[in-house]
Amino acid sequence: MDKIKCDIKYADGELRVELSGEIDHHTAKGLRERIDTAIFLYRAESVVLGLGGVGFMDSAGLGLILGRYAKVRELGGRLTVADPTPEAEKILRLAGADKLVTIKKREAVK
Amino acid sequence: MKKKPVNEMRLELDAKSVNESFARYAVSAFICPLDPTVGEVADIRTVVSEAVTNCVVHAYRETEGRIYITVSWDDSRRVKIKIKDKGCGIEDLEQSMQPFWSSDPSGERGGMGFTIMSSFTDKLTVRTAKGKGTTVTMVKKLV
Repeated sequence: MDKIKCDIKYADGELRVELSGEIDHHTAKGLRERIDTAIFLYRAESVVLGLGGVGFMDSAGLGLILGRYAKVRELGGRLTVADPTPEAEKILRLAGADKLVTIKKREAVK
Repeated sequence: MKKKPVNEMRLELDAKSVNESFARYAVSAFICPLDPTVGEVADIRTVVSEAVTNCVVHAYRETEGRIYITVSWDDSRRVKIKIKDKGCGIEDLEQSMQPFWSSDPSGERGGMGFTIMSSFTDKLTVRTAKGKGTTVTMVKKLV
């Protein structure tokens, strides 16, 4: 029933969490645990949150990203947000999250 | 002078987190005849989601309650969205409106709800009374 998918992969020191669907307060609850388990399991130097498939995100998504940023930083890693839609990026920039995490757009990745 | 709404809908629903997506879809579907831009639909979906989440999380503290939504528009394409609850009310409204302020000590909520509602619409009004509830009214003029 959850309108969110979370695909987690680890390779060469990078943990990549690919999200697709909608992030709101309802869906963020389960996501947090899944992502944190992977963060603490792999303790990767680089954690990438892929938002390319996220069609909707509100402040719960922002909280999810900033919360993961704090955890990754605590473990000495860095967090990158990849491929946000213009709408997701608008929220990230409004909150100044772009000053804390690196935002990589699709063009820049390839 | 206030213009008379040309179309209005009312929606009453349980304050359950699963209804957050339903509420934003219902409101965005209702305004479809105005042929809003993609950005306008995204803004409206986001602000409805924020206000409804506040009802679920803060007003009723994830217990039982009802949410009352009224949406209307007038012939100058002014969309008015009213989201009301009969929950606990906001203790310190001024503080709640500050960016990054959150009553959630875990820090997992951005504290950006009201900031988003206010910057994604043209006008945000919040009326609240302790123990009686909160009414959030947002107005957005579509291009």
